[in-house]
Amino acid sequence: MADNKKTKETQEKPVVLFVAEEKEPLFSKKNRKLLSDPLNDDNPITVQVLGICSALAITVQLKPALVMSISVMAVMAASNVIISLLRNLIPNRIRIIVQLVVVASMVILVDQVLRAYAYDVSKELSIFVGLIITNCIVMGRLEAFALGNGPWKSFLDGIGNAAGYGFILILVAFFRELLGSGTLFGFQVIPDAAYEAGYTNNGLMLLSPMALIVVGLIIWIQRSRNRKLIEKN
Amino acid sequence: MDYVNLFVKSIFIENMVFAYFFGMCSYLAVSKTVKTAVGLGAAVIFVLAITVPINFLLDEYVLQPGALKWLGAEYAEIDLSFLSFIMFIAVIASMVQLVEMIVEKFAPALYGALGIFLPLIAVNCAILGGSLFMQQKDFGGVSESLVYGLGSGIGWFLAIVAIAAIREKIAYSNVPAPLKGLGITFIITGLMALGFMSFMGIKL
Repeated sequence: MADNKKTKETQEKPVVLFVAEEKEPLFSKKNRKLLSDPLNDDNPITVQVLGICSALAITVQLKPALVMSISVMAVMAASNVIISLLRNLIPNRIRIIVQLVVVASMVILVDQVLRAYAYDVSKELSIFVGLIITNCIVMGRLEAFALGNGPWKSFLDGIGNAAGYGFILILVAFFRELLGSGTLFGFQVIPDAAYEAGYTNNGLMLLSPMALIVVGLIIWIQRSRNRKLIEKN
Repeated sequence: MDYVNLFVKSIFIENMVFAYFFGMCSYLAVSKTVKTAVGLGAAVIFVLAITVPINFLLDEYVLQPGALKWLGAEYAEIDLSFLSFIMFIAVIASMVQLVEMIVEKFAPALYGALGIFLPLIAVNCAILGGSLFMQQKDFGGVSESLVYGLGSGIGWFLAIVAIAAIREKIAYSNVPAPLKGLGITFIITGLMALGFMSFMGIKL
């Protein structure tokens, strides 16, 4: 009799869960927030301070920056979903190693795809594709989100954060390529007449320190528009 | 002389932070006080000096195309280099776990201060970056890779201690409110990187 009751309880439980889940549409307000928040209020680079290294090193030109953002998006979405599916099976003590292995295998896939279909860009990105593994964005979101949420939400979180990351990357690359070499995606945009009139490209923009300063300025602009992000100390 | 040259080069000219922006996340997050910065910097030196030579051996005898020749002639064709990311990160993660245990045992105060950033050394790009650069540079032997690992670690240490010292002082300055904290740190790092560029071209 007691056994019967128990099985009844366990049978009832998933039903309740299922109903609760069904009520939430695929793109509910909360889920849309997961996508849109990282673009501004909760931007991974300027607010959460994650994934800075690659953001700075590959932003001399737009093309590698774009390829990098897409690669990060693929890795983040895939690894977020995988970790979120495994989240109840991973023992807490070894979770970092498990996460690293999952991320590393995703990165190897991306690296091989890049080498096969976009060899020039993959040469240009050199070791930075490998460094997606240790891009704190990926690990940070795995730790902070995927370990505690379902696969669909984690997928959206991965896409959203990678988009926020890519947004800053492309913004920085846009200014550095425009001011540093007068081109966008390799096409000249500043007319020859300007050069004849005495305009010169700012070679400083091509050097790595300027990436830091450009990001600093972006943070400045963002925070003066959005006062609640200002740090107290 | 070669070793000294490589050492100085990896500290100053190819500085992990200022030339390649490796390990920026922890660099920005743990540099609020000099004390924690010294702790993290020391941990990074230690981990880099261990992992780079180990990964060098791994690369030389297992991963490179034809590296498995020592197993026998029939293995000479095997190219495992696509596995290098996952192998390197496995070595790094286990070394970090080891350092974590040692620090927890012998310096509990430091362990408390470093908090989450100790396990996160595993995902510090400086560590994996060191190994990946080592793979690109084609070093001649273990000792060269050891010198390189040690040098890059010390370079990272110098960078984080310097920025921590500046941030301690800048807390008393009148920085525009939206620039406070993260923004000004970025700009100062940029200026420091410009300064470090003056080391370029030095040869011993």
